Formats: sequence, C-alpha cells, structure tokens
Amino acid sequence: MKPTHTFRAEQITAGYDNKTILQDVSVTIPSNKMSIIIGANGCGKSTLLKTMARLITPTSGQVTLDGQAIQKMPPKQLAKILGLLPQSPIVPEGITVADLVGRGRFPHHSFLKGWSKKDYEAVAEAMEMMNITEFADCHIDELSGGQRQRVWIAMALAQQTDILFLDEPTTYLDITYQVEILDLLTDLNRKYGTTIIMVLHDINLSARYADYIFALHEGKLVAEGPPSDIITNSLIKDIFALNCMVIEDPVSNSPSIVPIGRHHNQIDNIAVKTKSS
Amino acid sequence: MNETMMSIYNSRMKRKRRFLLMTCLLAVISIVLMGLMLMLGNTFYPVKDVVSVLLGEDVKGASFAIGTIRLPRMIVGLFAGFAFGAGGYIFQTMLRNPLANPNVIGITAGSSAAAVFCIIVLHASNALVSIASVVGGLLTAIVIFILSKGSSFSIGRLILIGIGIQAMLNAFISYLMVIGNTHDLPSAMRWLSGSLNGAKMENLYPLIIAVLICTPIVLFLASRLEILELGELAATSLGVAPNKTRLVLLLSSVLMIALATAAAGPIAFVAFLAGPIAKKIVGVGFSNIVPAGLIGVILVLAADLIGQFAFDTRYPVGVITGIIGAPYLIYLLIRINRKGDL
Repeated sequence: MKPTHTFRAEQITAGYDNKTILQDVSVTIPSNKMSIIIGANGCGKSTLLKTMARLITPTSGQVTLDGQAIQKMPPKQLAKILGLLPQSPIVPEGITVADLVGRGRFPHHSFLKGWSKKDYEAVAEAMEMMNITEFADCHIDELSGGQRQRVWIAMALAQQTDILFLDEPTTYLDITYQVEILDLLTDLNRKYGTTIIMVLHDINLSARYADYIFALHEGKLVAEGPPSDIITNSLIKDIFALNCMVIEDPVSNSPSIVPIGRHHNQIDNIAVKTKSS
Repeated sequence: MNETMMSIYNSRMKRKRRFLLMTCLLAVISIVLMGLMLMLGNTFYPVKDVVSVLLGEDVKGASFAIGTIRLPRMIVGLFAGFAFGAGGYIFQTMLRNPLANPNVIGITAGSSAAAVFCIIVLHASNALVSIASVVGGLLTAIVIFILSKGSSFSIGRLILIGIGIQAMLNAFISYLMVIGNTHDLPSAMRWLSGSLNGAKMENLYPLIIAVLICTPIVLFLASRLEILELGELAATSLGVAPNKTRLVLLLSSVLMIALATAAAGPIAFVAFLAGPIAKKIVGVGFSNIVPAGLIGVILVLAADLIGQFAFDTRYPVGVITGIIGAPYLIYLLIRINRKGDL
C-alpha cells in the first residue's frame, strides 16, 4: 500500500496572466482515496488541479506536501510522489506504446544509468493493468481514442507515484470507455492505495466513483464531502444554475441527478412513478 | 520475469542494438569520408602518406597540401557538420516540428548577416566575427520567439515569422555583397549557402571549442529533451523544469550553430535534413543527438567531395546540400499542408 500523505492547498489564489481564476481556496486531499473536483466550465477546477500538481505557481497561498511547500521541493524528487495526466498530452512522432509508457520512469532514472529490472517491472505492470500489452510495439497513431487514453494513464502509472492527478481523463470517450477508465482507476486506488484526484464533467459518474467531492463555483470552494452528503438539488442549482431532481442511482446507491429542462418538467408524474415502482 | 516484461525487454534491446549498430555505422562512414577529404585533391595521396603527415612526418608535397589545405577543410566540415546536425535536431525536437530548425527559421541567416556585416562594413578581426555571429544568431532567435509569443504561443506562427525574418536577413546579406563589391562570387556563395573553401586552422578554434564544450552539455540533457517532447505539462509532472532545460539547450545549440556559420557559412539545409534522416536510420526511442550530428558530418563531407570532384566546375558544399535539401522542404510542406497543421 502507498504511504499516507498530508496534501494541502492553503488559501491559494491562482490564474493565468492577470486574470484570477481561483480565489482563496483551501483543500485537504483525503489520502489514499479517490477525490473528484466538479463545477461548471471556467469555475477553476482545472486551475485548482494544475496548481496542486505544481504546473501553475499560485499568486498567493501555497500547496504543501507533508508540511513542505511543493514549489521548493526538487522537481525530480517530487515527480516520484506526484504524477499528472494532462488533458491533451502531445504524442512524439513514431514512438511505440512501450517506449511512451517507459518515459514515465524518467524521475526514477539517474544520469547514465540504464533501465533496471524495476523499470521493466513497472512498465509491464502498468501496461497489464491498462490492458495494452498487445499494443506494446504499435505506434500511438494506430490506436483509437480509448486505447490512447489507456496508454497515457499507463505512462502515469509507470511513474509509480503515491498521488495521481487526472485532468478530465474521460473527455471525448464513448460511455463504454468512460466507465472502463473509471473502473481501472478504482482498481488502482483499491489495489495500491494510490490517492487519485481528478476533474470530471459527468456529475453522475463523479458521484458514483468518488469517495470525496470538491465542488467549485466561480473560483471558490462551495461544498466538499462524500457524494451522498453533498449532492443535492440546491448545490446543483448553485453551481450549474440548473434545476434537477436527485434520485438514488439503482446500480451504486450513489446520488444521481436528473436535469429538468423547459420542455421536460413533469416532476409530479416522475415522483408518482418512482413511488409506485 | 513474466511474459510482458520479457517482450518489453526484448523489443527495447532490439531497438537499442539497432541504435548502437547504426550509430557505429554512421561513425565509420564519417571516418571514411574524413580520410577521403585528406586523400583526394589535385594530387592523390594514399593512406600511408596521409597517416605519415598526420603523425608529423615531412612528406614531400603532401605535407603542404594536406596540412595546410585539406586538413583545415576536413576539420571545418567535421565540426560544422556535427554542429548543424546536432543543433538542428535539438531545435526540431524541442519545437516538435521538422520545419522549426535554424536553417528555415533564419538563425543561421542571422549569424551570417552579422558575420558579413563585420567583414564588409567594419573590416573586423576574426575574433570579432565569431562573437558577432553568435550574437547575431542569438538575437535572431530571441526576436523570433518574442514576435511569435503574442496572445498565445504557436509553433506554426514561429515558423512563419522565422521564414519571413530569414528572407529579410538574406536580402540584407545580398545588399552587403553589392556594396562590398570587391568580393567575388565564391566568397558571396559562402555567406549565402556555405562553403569550406579557404578554411584556415587558426579561424576554427572557436567552433572546435564550442562543439567540444556544448556536446557533453546537450548529451547530459538528452533524456530531458525526450521528456520535453511530451509537452510542457507532462514534462513538469515528470520532474523536468521545462523553461530552464529549454534555455540551456537553446543557448548550447545556437552557440554551436552560430560558430559553425561563422566558420563555413550557413551550409544550406544540413540542420534541416540531419534530424529526420537520423530518425529514419536509427529509429525512435533513444536520443538521436549523436546520430543527427554524424549525419550532419556525412552530409557536409560527402556534399563537399561531390562539389569538388563530380563536375567540371567546382561547386561549394552549400550548393550541393541545397540541391538535396530543397526538394525535401517542398515534400514536407506538401505533407504538412495535407495534414492541415503547420
């Protein structure tokens, strides 16, 4: 099992250029759990993730790992604890799947030392876990979107960090692959105790897979807690300006939202139906 | 060791063997060409004579021809070829586009222009010419990066701006040639497309020293360069500081390329061709800095031999590399145009 870490954002304010996106946000990431950040477009969820993964330096406040400011830690040392799957990584031309996954081992290498048995083990394990061993010698451009995403996650896994960030890992994927990816991440969390923090658009999948949810609205943290405690129609109304019903997901018993639109608003009928069934 | 591990290990070893084998082969070809550069000329000298001269023995006739004319020519070809090849590969990898190389985006033209200005207008010393060419190359790089920054950085825009700047610099060089007047056609060719003619040992030390210092630095950063290829975010999360790494790589490669340009002119398309050829020959997966450098050496020496001996008229090396490089540039532009992104 991965060790327990105290990982915090302390009153961070961050943004791009002169635009402040995140304002005075403090979060403590539950160790060895799966946390999901939700919120509307432009609310700062990606900024929060990137700031915690030290890709953005906050204008004020700090991110600390076990009491130490991450900006002050040696980058390669930190890369052994903190990994990130970016939203749209760039594929170098002509590289094979196994080679790409192997690049995740970079923080574990020292100058001039070749690959050790541990490196091969980590790469093989990551590829097996993501079910991509059959593509080992393929070029990335021969793969489908879902397969590619699994390759990138495998690269992040080969890095063998205790904490893993993912920025919308299921975007552009069919629902089948969305569920598959989230299942694989759950496996990772349960098997190794890897702390997972991700940004996800789908509230129902978030509520199903997350141990803990952070809800952001206009750069501020408005709610946090286990999905069953915080997903309510008033929260959804607050952060998405959307009327909805919250029902119980019959498959996972987690809360699930049903949006109400202008043309579909027969709430009474639904309530009756749910009761009678 | 399970099956997956074995297969990953095997294919990695296969690629590594190919990498090592091809790199050795390229080194052997380079050495053969270096030998030919010393043997061939108005008079042919056999290997025995060449070796004797190199060992410092006095061989009648050969000592002068080899020691004073052919050796400096070979040395400048060797070091300039390596500098262009390795530097070009670093640019192309760092900016993730084969078009983004010192030949196409005007960095060699910047060095050239500064060198020509010093020679024709200021009648400056050799040392000053070297310094000016480095400053010229760096300034051109900085100007291109600043102009392409804008609201959002795009490599496509960087390349287009670079091509524009290169055209301006070449026009400036042509203008200097005209007002310089006393210079004949061969020396004009040197600054427009590159030539190894008239190389003198005492002018080559800045280039030799720069290559000997910068090569270990860029090799030390080679694995970081590979990680940078995955994009800024992935690189940061893998523990590479992107800006610092890029700055050191950029400075080292511009230094090598600028001094190579000061010594031999902007030998056309070598920096542009070496990286992609190296990739084709040795494959992807290990750092191609050394293979690209060796391809640079081979291109320059082979093109110079062809230019000297294949035709009735002697052509400078840059004309030959230009003939090889221009069609590749067109091919690349057509392919990129089809893909729809620059």
